[in-house]
Amino acid sequence: MNKPLPIRTRTEAEEALVATFDSASSNLRGASDLRAAAMARFVKSGLPDRRVESWHYTDLRSILRRAAPVRPGDFMPVERARAGLASAEAQTHAARIVMLDGIYRPDLSDLALLPAGVTVASLADALAEGDAEALGALTGEGQGADDPVVSLNTALMQDGVIVRVAAGVEAARPIAIANIMSGGAPHAAFVRSLVMVGDGAKLRLTETTAACDESETQVNEALVLRIGDNARVDYVSRVVRQGAGAISLHTLLATLGAGSEFNGFSFNPGVGVDRRQMFVRLNGRNSTLNLGGLSLLRGRQHADSTLVVDHAVPDCRSREFFRYILDDESTGVFQGKVVVRQHAQKTDGAMKSQAIMLGDGASMNNKPELEIFADDVVCGHGATVGQLDDDQIFYLQARGIPKPEAESLLLEAFAYEALELIADEQLRARFIEQTGEWLAARGAA
Amino acid sequence: MAAVKETVDRVKAIDVDAYKYGFVTEIESEKAPKGLNEDIVRFISAKKNEPAWMTEWRLDAYRRWLTMEEPTWARVDYPRIDYQDLYYYAAPKSTAGPKSLDEVDPELLRTYEKLGIPLREQEILAGVQSSKVAVDAVFDSVSVATTFRAELAKAGVIFCPISEAVHSHPELVKKYLGSVVPVTDNYFATLNSAVFSDGSFVYIPPGVRCPMELSTYFRINERNTGQFERTLIIADAGSYVSYLEGCTAPQRDENQLHAAVVELIAHEDAEIKYSTVQNWYPGDSEGKGGIYNFVTKRGDCRGARSKISWTQVETGSAITWKYPSCILRGDSSRGEFYSIAISNGRQQVDSGTKMIHLGKNTTSRIISKGISAGRSNNTYRGQVSAHRKATNARNFTNCDSLLIGHDCGAHTVPYIESKNATAVFEHEATTSKISEDQLFYCTQRGLSDEEATALIVNGFVRDVLQQLPMEFAVEAQKLIAISLEGSVG
Repeated sequence: MNKPLPIRTRTEAEEALVATFDSASSNLRGASDLRAAAMARFVKSGLPDRRVESWHYTDLRSILRRAAPVRPGDFMPVERARAGLASAEAQTHAARIVMLDGIYRPDLSDLALLPAGVTVASLADALAEGDAEALGALTGEGQGADDPVVSLNTALMQDGVIVRVAAGVEAARPIAIANIMSGGAPHAAFVRSLVMVGDGAKLRLTETTAACDESETQVNEALVLRIGDNARVDYVSRVVRQGAGAISLHTLLATLGAGSEFNGFSFNPGVGVDRRQMFVRLNGRNSTLNLGGLSLLRGRQHADSTLVVDHAVPDCRSREFFRYILDDESTGVFQGKVVVRQHAQKTDGAMKSQAIMLGDGASMNNKPELEIFADDVVCGHGATVGQLDDDQIFYLQARGIPKPEAESLLLEAFAYEALELIADEQLRARFIEQTGEWLAARGAA
Repeated sequence: MAAVKETVDRVKAIDVDAYKYGFVTEIESEKAPKGLNEDIVRFISAKKNEPAWMTEWRLDAYRRWLTMEEPTWARVDYPRIDYQDLYYYAAPKSTAGPKSLDEVDPELLRTYEKLGIPLREQEILAGVQSSKVAVDAVFDSVSVATTFRAELAKAGVIFCPISEAVHSHPELVKKYLGSVVPVTDNYFATLNSAVFSDGSFVYIPPGVRCPMELSTYFRINERNTGQFERTLIIADAGSYVSYLEGCTAPQRDENQLHAAVVELIAHEDAEIKYSTVQNWYPGDSEGKGGIYNFVTKRGDCRGARSKISWTQVETGSAITWKYPSCILRGDSSRGEFYSIAISNGRQQVDSGTKMIHLGKNTTSRIISKGISAGRSNNTYRGQVSAHRKATNARNFTNCDSLLIGHDCGAHTVPYIESKNATAVFEHEATTSKISEDQLFYCTQRGLSDEEATALIVNGFVRDVLQQLPMEFAVEAQKLIAISLEGSVG
């Protein structure tokens, strides 16, 4: 199916990315073979455009006109970073891991609250030392190997963290990973983190991508998550405060062991261009997957959630629920693919994507895909696109609520239904607050 | 385990390649030499005494085809087609303009009899007193006879082979041919434009309700021939036509190529209902032989309040690549797509529709039922899109898949694109197997597994069957049962 694309000229950004790799290879520590192979794949594929099926609605080749440079390692705007960090904070009781411009910074992190049985190490150090386990786990199960953004991340990853949760450990406090971009001139970062959760362990993990100002940052993050048998992970990823020209690319490569549970949620209250791709493989029987997301977009913002849920074994259950509110000329993209392999009998899968279009110029693209090779399954998906219901607005107006408030009320309810999937109360409260702010800004405009 | 063994034996005995329509008619036929080049295109054009503009049109398409690449995005897998190893033209020899059925080669008539096409009026009317069907039979690419022409002419309806329309109504053909499916639309449509041999042409004048159902029957007979028919239906303002299409092909070891193009044009307030029952030879149980069905079908709702409705029952072909679409250009126009796609053996189906909402208040409805059995793969691929100006566009899509057996696949690939805030799109899809409870209920009442499955499947596809004209609905129901033979176990 993936036939080579016709030869085309490289864009300026593609040239710059290749040049970055050539010039930075001395600074990029460890995993040199892996990096070189990934770069070779990227050179072959280039940045994905509309002709690449999985990137059809997010034409990265034309979005990424100029590839911003990566900051040199000695650039340390620590004070700015602290200020930026404060704005990215959502949980007061979490152990904090901070990456600044793509580099793990123990000095900015706060590991005092790290639960016993959980260790944190620098990925770059591990790769430099040739840590075989880290190297082996780094690419997940090869999911997304053909993806140009994953290839770029593998080739250019600067640093990241390796979080290990020992078997049976129930981490009482959440772990919050923050990727902070110091801002100023446009710059890029490539971060790869590895989270390994042992059998029977429990972990709450938050990942925040934030910038210290409204500059045009380009972040390419990848998180590899290995969930052991009977373990449970509650994961929330979010983006905050980025410039209108910012591009945020995030890839999750997750595998679930038998009897495990993974609840993932991504919250996007509006950034320039955001693409979240989630490759999740259910590798053990009786595992449960819940993925959710909420995107609130305005202006010319663009949010893309692309999932590949791979049911590799029988008796698993997956639920996906994504909602979008699209104002002005924003664009929402939902691509969800559920694969049920031949032996994955008794799979129970349901996927739903819903969008409310507020702006006349807004667009929504839905592509919920089912790829099913087993017969004893129950799988379904639903997708809706529409406006607020006139009848509902009328109902509220008839009860004396002015139209703008009625709209806000209905939108709030629409958003909350998605946010209810978040288990962490503090986070949920913060997101509800942010949704309120977003709606208030809409009313004010 | 005994039960499993028993089932395996039974399936073996039934054998999916027990193709009911697998026979070869020995009729002398006239073939163009193998292969494709400009001379062949000219040869085909000359055979049909086509005017110069038509020859040029074909040659232009051929030249463009040379620059194109075969599409690979569909979820189908087949060995590369050697386009130079095919015959692009084969005509039954005795077709020097038959004026009536009596002039048609009796051998050919017997073929139709075996197929069960009601070519003669009395046959059609047997049992169905009130309905009339006019048949244009395309036998290896050449329209053999068109019945009921006089009566149709009285109503002003033009129903004739397209090769004839090129001569008798060049202004209509010139105006509409290629206006819905452009010459360069896709690889197979371009190939068709270059070498199309024949097909049906229908024109319904303004305000006329076509007095009978129009029908055409395609059959590929000659070895190694591709069939490239071209259908063009124009419903002028305020008119109505219902068109039926049926297809079969004899059983052969080699794969046969079928690349048709169907263009529908509905003007203001016009309605076209296009129904297809396709049971080309699907290949044997090992996937050997069978038809490659690469068809481009598209309807253009050009005028306000026009309506185009596609209904299809796809049970045959080794590979199906077919997306009957509607371009909803006129304000308040409506597109409908009802589909049953059944795959068994090693069949591969990649089918669906496109509903392109361009005008205001346009509505569309998609009901797709996919059933996969044996070792087949069945994909629904559809697109619904609303243009910026498609205010109040509405779509409802429902695609359900049913899986029978462990080795088949059912896939759903919908593209839902809305660029207008007032558009409301709803899409739902489910995939499941036949419920054990339902099967048990049926078997408990004395039905065999196979009967029970056929009953449940017929219930599953009922929404679509109801859309078919009556003569077709009965045939389709039988076909569904035949197609699923040997799949239960």
